[in-house]
Amino acid sequence: MSINWYKYASPASFYFLAGKMIPYFSIVAVILLLVGLYIGFFVAPTDFQQGEAYRIIFIHVPAAWMSMFLYLVMAFWSGIGLAFNTRLSSMVATAIAPTGAMFTFIALWTGAWWGKPMWGAWWVWDARLTSELILLFLYIGFMSLQAAIDDPRRADRAGAIIALVGVVNIPIIYFSVQWWNTLHQGASVSVTQSPKMAASMLAGMLIMAFAAWMYSIAMILMRTRAIILERERHTAWVAELKGVTGVTR
Amino acid sequence: MLQGSNLECIRGDRVLFSGINFSIKPGELMQVRGPNGSGKTSLLRMLCGLAVPNSGEIRWNSSNIRSLGEDYFNIVTYLGHLSGVKDDLTAIENLRITSALAGIEIDEKKASKVLQEMGLEGRETLLAKVLSQGQKRRVALARLLLARTKLWILDEPLTALDISAIELIKKILEQYLAQGGMVILTTHQEIDIAATATHQLYLS
Amino acid sequence: MPPQRRINYTFLNMLIWIIRRDLLLAMRRQADVLTTLFFFIIVVSLFPLGVGPEMNTLRIMAPGVVWVAALLASMLSLGRIFSTDYLDGTLEQILLSPTSLSLLVLGKMFSHWLVTGVPLVLMAPVLGIQYDLPANALFVLTLSLLLGTPILSLIGAIGAALTLGLRGGGVLVSLLVLPLYIPVLIFGAGAVEASIAGLGFEAHFSLLGAFLLVSLVFAPWTTAASLRISVG
Repeated sequence: MSINWYKYASPASFYFLAGKMIPYFSIVAVILLLVGLYIGFFVAPTDFQQGEAYRIIFIHVPAAWMSMFLYLVMAFWSGIGLAFNTRLSSMVATAIAPTGAMFTFIALWTGAWWGKPMWGAWWVWDARLTSELILLFLYIGFMSLQAAIDDPRRADRAGAIIALVGVVNIPIIYFSVQWWNTLHQGASVSVTQSPKMAASMLAGMLIMAFAAWMYSIAMILMRTRAIILERERHTAWVAELKGVTGVTR
Repeated sequence: MLQGSNLECIRGDRVLFSGINFSIKPGELMQVRGPNGSGKTSLLRMLCGLAVPNSGEIRWNSSNIRSLGEDYFNIVTYLGHLSGVKDDLTAIENLRITSALAGIEIDEKKASKVLQEMGLEGRETLLAKVLSQGQKRRVALARLLLARTKLWILDEPLTALDISAIELIKKILEQYLAQGGMVILTTHQEIDIAATATHQLYLS
Repeated sequence: MPPQRRINYTFLNMLIWIIRRDLLLAMRRQADVLTTLFFFIIVVSLFPLGVGPEMNTLRIMAPGVVWVAALLASMLSLGRIFSTDYLDGTLEQILLSPTSLSLLVLGKMFSHWLVTGVPLVLMAPVLGIQYDLPANALFVLTLSLLLGTPILSLIGAIGAALTLGLRGGGVLVSLLVLPLYIPVLIFGAGAVEASIAGLGFEAHFSLLGAFLLVSLVFAPWTTAASLRISVG
């Protein structure tokens, strides 16, 4: 059985398909969030060094993962849009940016909350926090550039260039920041270190990470739908939709 | 031969034009007409390869101009409605640099000779900022005397020119067309240029 | 039409044409060049007034202050690299040149560096003296700027090309470009700090050099693509 993928690459088909999928992703996101928070705050054991304060990592770590991952996905889709001139992929990239920026912001904020009891200061120039801050700047740059351009085609392409330049630069920036400050905590979750972490802690973190994934997908689909409506508002199929006149962003 | 098929241009929400078809052969002239804001400049920018049509194709001798890349710029000379004359350079410097960019190197003597042909005698070494609009336009148009391209795309070439300059341009264009050149231009002035065939393209 | 020779341009010849053109324009507009330099001097001279004249503090701050000021000065001058050409239509001619656009862009980047980067490099030792830097640190500072400022012109041009003709382009370009400048700041200022601390600074210079090479390969091409997007 073969599926005609190209069918879903048209904004109109995507609009309806996304509309059907959003509720599922949203429900799964809420369930995973509740389970993850329950495990994180009630099941996982108290850390013998960090006490209860460490529990913020159940939000901090998935948010940080998501923020970096979403930047890559955003650059990927905008790159596809630039190379193959597929409008839908550029719209998806535009839709990803605010969610990515939000997770970056959450990672920074929770990092500060975690940092206060751990390091005794709201902000320390730790390599990872600093990189996360620079990532936020990159997201803001992408969004402001697109916001400043009126012509959607130019906005898509210019955004793609800056996203791709960012992707090439992220390893260099990350490395330079590491170099600048070699004092940092080792990665909290890695294959070699996982035995140090209680199984329930790891489970809680992974479930929260999946919740963040599902939430991101639902949000990105919603935002993409809004962008599609906005850009295609003069087409026949949008005109046929009933009751969507107020939906555009 | 330059061919446009089913060209469409969208600016923001508005479709400026769509379904534009034309073809033009050596020795032929095409005049693009239409009211302000009908997309004349946008069309010309697509034809010279600066802008990409929202849909449709432009072909030079049956190959898409996108696939020709920089080779296409050896074929076409474009003169935009911005004259492309630097205020802080003299007329000679302007001409030498613009032709160098187009791949034709000339020395100062040659440049001042061409400028004199354009009626700029005695103005060759003045900075362009002290020239009048019409004189700047003449500096820009001097490029045409040096260009060896097969297709000229001219956006409002007659703006700010006086009668003698218009006559001069007319003569240059007719000579070029007689030699088998192709010209696409927009203009608000009525001008009668002799060509093997003259196409009129109306944008509304 | 009069006959003329049609010269098949060698790459170098074309590069020289565009550099000569931009330098000639800069010479006729010397005030613009001096503005960047004075901005650099003023910013560096403001810090002691804000922080206090304590020489030990100033000596520690010097590499960072000079480098941040160089970043800002270079960024402020980015607007000129393409926007005047864009406004008078010469950029269209550059885009329609049968030569490789990346090459022409590289020429423009180089002359931008000559006009805005090199004055900063030459001024740096004088400013370092204000901060009581030892002689070898002054030397490293100058050398690090010599190696680092071309990167600022290379990467900055991408931002300048993308924001061409946009409202608020000047502020926007800073949002785009400053985060990308961070590695230059870290390696450049780091080299000077290392030399003040009596440590080796070769590693910093190697990294700065590597970053310069990477930018030299990617930036002209990326800028050319950005210009086509912005003007198209």
